[in-house]
Amino acid sequence: MTQHRITCPVTREQFEPLRAGDTVLLSGTIYTARDAAHKRLFALLREGKPLPFDVRGAAVYYAGPTPAPEGMPIGACGPTTSGRMDAYAPALMREGLIVMIGKGARSAEVEAAVRETGAVYLAAIGGAGALAADCVQSAELVCYEDLGSEAIRRLTVRDMPLTVVLDAHGGNLYREGPAAYLASRNA
Amino acid sequence: MRTVCAAEIRDAVARLCVEANRKLPCDMECALRSARESEPWPLAKETLGTLCENLEAAARTGLPICQDTGMACVFTEIGQDVHIEGDFESAVNEGVAKGYTEGLLRKSVVRDPIRRGNTGDNTPAVLNVRLVPGDRVRIVVAPKGFGSENMSRIAMLKPSQGEDGVKDFVVETVCLAGPNPCPPVVVGVGVGGTFERAALLAKQALLRPVGSHHPDPYYAAMEEELLARINALGTGPQGFGGQTTALGVQIETFPTHIAGMPVAVNIGCHVTRHAEVIV
Repeated sequence: MTQHRITCPVTREQFEPLRAGDTVLLSGTIYTARDAAHKRLFALLREGKPLPFDVRGAAVYYAGPTPAPEGMPIGACGPTTSGRMDAYAPALMREGLIVMIGKGARSAEVEAAVRETGAVYLAAIGGAGALAADCVQSAELVCYEDLGSEAIRRLTVRDMPLTVVLDAHGGNLYREGPAAYLASRNA
Repeated sequence: MRTVCAAEIRDAVARLCVEANRKLPCDMECALRSARESEPWPLAKETLGTLCENLEAAARTGLPICQDTGMACVFTEIGQDVHIEGDFESAVNEGVAKGYTEGLLRKSVVRDPIRRGNTGDNTPAVLNVRLVPGDRVRIVVAPKGFGSENMSRIAMLKPSQGEDGVKDFVVETVCLAGPNPCPPVVVGVGVGGTFERAALLAKQALLRPVGSHHPDPYYAAMEEELLARINALGTGPQGFGGQTTALGVQIETFPTHIAGMPVAVNIGCHVTRHAEVIV
């Protein structure tokens, strides 16, 4: 298990050494987008229209934060279950999206697209929304304000602690982690 | 006859929505801390440590513990000798709107399940009302996040499937859920009744103190056995692997029909929360 420090936006080469189970301290710009925003992004792609932000080399965070209290950039902002974005994620990876941040299992199609495009799927700690806010330095609305917490926001984060779940080499922490634990019990 | 005005109900619900989302009940917090102590797998122990730190961050910042501040499940017991002045159901919904708006909680409710569209104030609540003896009103607010709600299941088993059928369905449900419901989870199980009663029992089981046991020793033993089987799955905190997949299994039962054996499993995440007050 290795720890990596990475700043977004990124190149595929930066993620080549990452393996499932490694930890990442991520800094730089990431974009929040979840169910309703993904539906709109996907519709734009299908119509051949430009996306509201440059996805090439970008990181998307599957999250819908709580409203920011006065004096804070954001409210609680842990990850949502990524599997609901599976229908849309491969198309975004083919557009150049490199980093997906969320929690929970992904489909076989997403795993294949991660391998094919050299992307990566990182897990934030689900349910740790108050703690996640500590890493967010600023947040600004990009678009879809009508979606409330589901709007797309540009976050500047510093040392956001993440764990590699799917790497570009076929590694999957949700398979390997429990298997390694069970093997240690039987050893 | 005691009179309670609807505004009192509204204000109590509003306070409970905020309180439940900011502070985990003591039994849940203790269960998380003791799981961190007993967890043998290093990554799992570290992850449980992060979950404890998150509770401290919520206390320090006043932010909700989790950004999914849930759909407000409101359980009420109204004494037969209470007269509510005003519209009770509207008061509950006004309380939810007030609590979620003023408490800076996330509005996560859409007005139509298929056509969507956020209601903007987290209403309506999922309201359960029971009429009981006495002149008090008991209100429990249990905000339910959908990472775990989505992993819940129900089955209409055959009576011939017996105890093993029930146990296997519970373990299978937690296994299939994998990392999605934010383990370590609390497993609420409802057995018996009808289709909808089984689901309600499973949800009510999540309101019990975590790790508490069914009064019938037969079901108490089943809760223990199921917890051991679930914690042998290896899923672990966040699904990264480890011993602590569940903090508790809680079964509620009800008589059922000669032809049936409904079983519902409602999964609660590591932020299984509720707050209550007696008005």
